[in-house]
Formats: sequence, structure tokens, C-alpha cells
Amino acid sequence: MSDKILMAHGAGGKLSAQLLHEIILPAFDNAILHELHDGAKIGKLAMTTDSYVVRPIFFRGGDIGKLAVCGTVNDLSVTGAIPKWLSVGVILEEGFDFDALKKIVASMAAVAHEAGVQIVTGDTKVVGRGQADGIFINTAGVGELIDGVDISAKKICAGMKVLVSGTLGDHATAILAGRHGLELPESVKSDCAPLNGLIREMLAVEPKIAMLRDATRGGLAAVLNEIATAASVGILLDEEKIPVRREVRGVCDILGFDVLELANEGKIVAVVPSDSCEKILAVMHENIYGKDAALIGEVVATSAGKVGLRTSIGGVRIVDMPAGELVPRIC
Amino acid sequence: MCLAYPAKVLRIDGELATVERAGVKRSASLMLLPEAKVGDYVLIHAGFAMQVVDEREVQIRDALVAEMNGAPRTVELAGVS
Amino acid sequence: MNTLIEKLARLAAGKGRLRLMEVCGTHTVAIFRSGIRQVLPANVELVSGPGCPVCVTCDDYIDKAIAYARRDFIIATFGDMLKVPGSRSSLAEAQAAGADVRIVYSPLDALQIAEDNPRRSIIFLAVGFETTAPTQAATVLAARARGIKNLFMLSAQKLVPPALRFLLGDATAKVDGFLLPGHVAVVTGADAFNFLATEFNMPCAVGGFATEEILIALTSILEQIDNGRAEVANDYRTVVTAEGNVAAQKILSQVYTVTDAEWRGMGTIPASGLKMRDEFAAFDIEQVEPLPPCPLSLVPSPLKKACRCGEVLRGLVKPIDCPLFGKACQPLHAVGACMVSVEGVCAAWFKYGGQHFEW
Repeated sequence: MSDKILMAHGAGGKLSAQLLHEIILPAFDNAILHELHDGAKIGKLAMTTDSYVVRPIFFRGGDIGKLAVCGTVNDLSVTGAIPKWLSVGVILEEGFDFDALKKIVASMAAVAHEAGVQIVTGDTKVVGRGQADGIFINTAGVGELIDGVDISAKKICAGMKVLVSGTLGDHATAILAGRHGLELPESVKSDCAPLNGLIREMLAVEPKIAMLRDATRGGLAAVLNEIATAASVGILLDEEKIPVRREVRGVCDILGFDVLELANEGKIVAVVPSDSCEKILAVMHENIYGKDAALIGEVVATSAGKVGLRTSIGGVRIVDMPAGELVPRIC
Repeated sequence: MCLAYPAKVLRIDGELATVERAGVKRSASLMLLPEAKVGDYVLIHAGFAMQVVDEREVQIRDALVAEMNGAPRTVELAGVS
Repeated sequence: MNTLIEKLARLAAGKGRLRLMEVCGTHTVAIFRSGIRQVLPANVELVSGPGCPVCVTCDDYIDKAIAYARRDFIIATFGDMLKVPGSRSSLAEAQAAGADVRIVYSPLDALQIAEDNPRRSIIFLAVGFETTAPTQAATVLAARARGIKNLFMLSAQKLVPPALRFLLGDATAKVDGFLLPGHVAVVTGADAFNFLATEFNMPCAVGGFATEEILIALTSILEQIDNGRAEVANDYRTVVTAEGNVAAQKILSQVYTVTDAEWRGMGTIPASGLKMRDEFAAFDIEQVEPLPPCPLSLVPSPLKKACRCGEVLRGLVKPIDCPLFGKACQPLHAVGACMVSVEGVCAAWFKYGGQHFEW
């Protein structure tokens, strides 16, 4: 085992989980933290924090600022809360371009406005050249938990349906394509978006939604493995029902990626009661951020802790937790 | 080893081609496949075009697959395969 | 697709256990991902062969790459090599410790890095089979043509047909047919595998990588077994010809010449590797800046000695037969290379196959 931090420790896969369970949790252990959801529930409030270090800083469909606001808004929303107030901490590298900073701040303000949240406190630090990569942003957020909603792995049971709010892998594709010399059509861009509106509409038609997660780092594969483990259930997906853009599939073919492991920044996974699946999908389809929502699988009582994928020829293969950083492979 | 994918040749500039797969474009070297022409589908591996995809064989394969999925036998093509 | 699965069942019915080897690691992964194993007749067993170039690369190659990385070279490599354990550590760990390791998608990207960094020396980790080796040879020719003098190759390419000949010479390897590597055959041509049928009476099919292409090739092999025939069926005619890519073969032999090579777990196989011709010695890092002999600190750890990668690669044992599999050896802390490469037999078994999803 390595005695140094590797890039894979930050990739949302197995090494990230190991870091969390071996270093972080033992040090800070308490009941609220132990829930390990995207946000913490404290009385009637929800709280969350996240740091953003994306490269490139500006990408098709967004920038680091939009990402930082959306990420925290979405983490609060999937906790079952209405996001209200955000803090913003910015670490700037000496020599960073003023115009770039203005653009980033403007984009944060615009998306905060769209999401109906206020940025109420913040901090700025400047470090010497080479001590940071342009700009790093941390956001934290507080929201109000919605009465009668309880998003918790404990509520998940066999027979429930698994929904996803749209096409998978768009964000990772927009970021990775540029890094690897691929040129995408205009239509493919990061899905970075605030999902609080969509989630509120879903919870309005069905407050008993058992689980909501945003499928960011590690993609659908990581989120569903975490859910299956936390709830001690199996999750069986139907490969043909998972919405993926043609171009995203193309990038996966070219770089050897598995689309289930690609990061999203505007997609949620929901585990919902079977009998309200249709009406939830109907409200999702009405929302711009849920128009491609689909039923992709179900919760089963067997194979606890595992995620399976039924393939086009009827075999079922395991969808494992991603192991680490996404690197293009040629083998 | 050896992930490779078919892509269409859009442009050729000396030894370098622009190829497209599923709407995604990238450049690929034609050093190993000098006979490739604009409009050909070529197999790409590690940034190099490796072979021209035989369109006639693609039709034969697709007909065979369709047949396996329950489509009626395509007599003419079945004879070739 | 169902008619094809039914046909496979018909052909396999009434026969004893049939062991078919998929030679290529890309096939191994495609087979697991598509769920083909679960729809095959019960008596048809797919065993994975030595066709993952990362897996058959020896520890000392990784050790050399790390040693060069520590000497301030930029190491350019396919992503596949990053986490492969050498005797004591991997390139990913060297990178975390400060080495300049860059993931590239094509050897031409390494050429670009060399042009962009004229004061640095760049080493490309040239591993791969017949499919990939010509791309590296072409890159050397391009570097020479452009007068680039700061790009070097650390070469350990391997050739597939000699490895299969070696496997069949081993009486313990019991294989009833070969699913042959389609993309290797794009370069070599299907005819390069004819000896399997003529000398060893082995039913074979060259297959593509889509689910239906794999099923078609497997059907071909079972048909031959059923008829008592042995030939090399070309079931990947969209890109595979009898003679292969002659231009690529020429470029490859212009830069490289055939030599004996050491395969992890299989030992030295005659005429199964490539080395740079003397004319291109200026691009061969091992000639330009040879490393001292392996220091004692690189003696393999005791765990490595228990690793059965070698037998797994020859199809003699399944990954689950290895005492380390899934325990001391997992993708996150791999002991053997078969576990670390995405295409590695053990990694594929661990990720997709060692466990079943019941519902």
C-alpha cells in the first residue's frame, strides 16, 4: 500500500471510501456524520460542504463557479432540504486573471439567483504562484429540511424503482474530451445545473421518495454501490434503459471508459416507491433538467450490497464500485 | 490489448486525417494506412488508422445479426456469408 | 441474438467439457461486460489467455520505467500502465512522489510532448502486441523525419502467435479451441494463425468485439469441433484480411527486429518480442542511457512468490484458484499484474465474474 496520497484517493471510488473510513470517520465520529449522506441533517436544517478544483476552469456548459454553487445546492436538495444560504471560500493563485475571476463570480451569482439561494458569507485567500492551480473554490450551504420527507437508506426496500434524471456522462465527457484531443459537437456540454426545483417538484408528488443522490464523482456506479451497501439491498439495472447520448458513447468507445463511472453534475438518482414511479417520472419530464428522466432498474431483496446490470443478451453482470481515477486506456 | 473503433474519414491533410465517430472528432495518423480516402470508415487504434472497414462485409454482418434477432433471411447476403 | 445462443447450445449438447481460450484481454472484458458467460451452454468454459500486454510485462520493465522517472525523464505512457506494480512500487506511486508521468492516448502525443519540451527528455513506454507496435514504430520514423532527438522508447512489445505456439507445446494446457484476437489480426492477417489449425489441429476463429461478433466467432469454433474440423475461420472480415496490413508490417520491421522475449509467468519465449534495429539505437533509451543492474532492494516481496499470474495467463488455473485472489490481491492492492490491468484476467474476474448477481 502506498504511503502517499494518490490521485485516485480523490476520485470517488474505492480509495476515496478507504480514506474516509480509515482516516476521516474515526477522527470525527458522531451520529450525524455517520449517516454519510451528501448533506448532514441537524434538527430542521441540512448542511453540506464541497470543494471544487476542476480543470479546465471554463468548460462547455459551465465553469468552476457554476459548479461550486450547483454542487452545494444539489447536495442540500438530495438531503431533502430547500437550499437557502451558501458560503463561498476562494483560493487564488498569484497571477490569476482578473477578468476570469469576474466571469466566475458573475456565473456564481447567476446560478445562485436561478436556484433561489443567497451567498451570505465568504473568504478569499491568495497563495504564491505554483501553490495552487489558478483557482480553487469551496462552498458550504445550509437548507431547511422539508416536513414529512425522510431521505434515508433505511427507507429503501425491495420492489422500489430506480430513476435517473437524464443522460449520463455529459459532464465528464465535456471535460475529458478537451483533455484528450477530442472535438465534440455543440450539443454536448456539461450538465451542470441546480436541481433544487426538480427535486422539490418530485417530493411534492411523492414525499416518500426513499433516496436521492446526485451522481457526481464515480458516476452512477459509485452512487448505486453506496446505496446498495447502505441499505443492504441489491439493485438490478437494465442496460438498454439507461439514457446515454450517442456522442458520450462515442467518447467511451474511443477512450475505453465505462459510462456508468463517468461524473455528472446535474443528474440525480432516485429510489422511489413502485406505485408512484409513473407520476414522479411525469413531473420530472415536465422540468427542463428532468426531460430525459428514465426508469432504469429496481431494488431486489437478493444480492445485498451489489449492483447488477442486465445486458442486451439477458446476462447479468456486476457493476462494481469504480476503482480510481479515469485514465484513457488503449488495451 | 487493443481497443479500436471504426470512424469516418472527414478530411485528409498529408499524413493526418480528421476522423469522426458518433459525432466526436479527433485527428488520426494515416502513416500505417496510406490508402485511406475521405469518406472511408477506418479502424482507429492509439491514434492511428489501422485498416479500412469493408462496407460490404459490414452489410453482411448486419444482415446476419438481424437474422439472428428474428428478421427474415436475406437470401443474397446469406449466400456470401 | 437468441437464435445464435440456441445454436451454441445445440452444437455443445452431448459433448464433454469444452475449454475455449479467448486470447485477447479486450475480449475478456467484452465477454464479462456483455454477460456472455451467463448465456453459454454449461459445458462450454471460456478461459482467458495471455493477451493483455500489461499483464505479461515483467516487473523489471516497470522497475526500469520508475528508475528513469527518478532520473528526471518525462515518462509518457498509456493509462493502462500507470498502476501496474513493479517489484516494489508503481508509476502512480512514483508520480505521487514527484516523478513527471504523463498519460497519453497515442504515441504521437509523446512526440508532441517532446516537441513542446525541447530541453527535457521523454521516454515512451512502448508496450503492446502487433496492433500497437506499428504505431510506435511509425512514431519513431516521424521523430526521425522531424529531427526530434529528445524522444526515446523503452520497448517491450510482444508477438502473439509465438506465445500461442508456446502454450500448445505445454502438455498441461488443455484448450479445445481459440477465439483469436481480432485487432492483432488486423495487422498480422488471419493467415498468421494458420499454424494453429495445420500443425496443432486446433479449431479457431478470429472474432470482433461487439457482443454479436463474439457470439458468431464462438459458434464458428463449436461448428468446427462438431464437424471434427480445424481451421482459422475469419469472423471479423469487416477489418481483418488474410494478409493483414502490409504497410504496418513494413514500418514495424523497418524499425524493430524480432527477438526472444520474457513473458511474465511464462518465461522466455523464442522470437516473441521486438527490439530496435541498430539503425534506430539513438531512440532506444536502454542503449542511450543504460541503467545499472537491478539493485538488491528490488527483490520481489514474498507475496509475489505466491502469485499464480503465470498459470492464470496460460489458462492452467482460474483466478479463483490462486490463494491470493480477492484477499491479499485485489485491484486496489494488486500483487500480480493480472489484477491491476483493467483487461487483466484476475481484475475482470474480480470486477465482473467472481461474484454472481442473484435476483
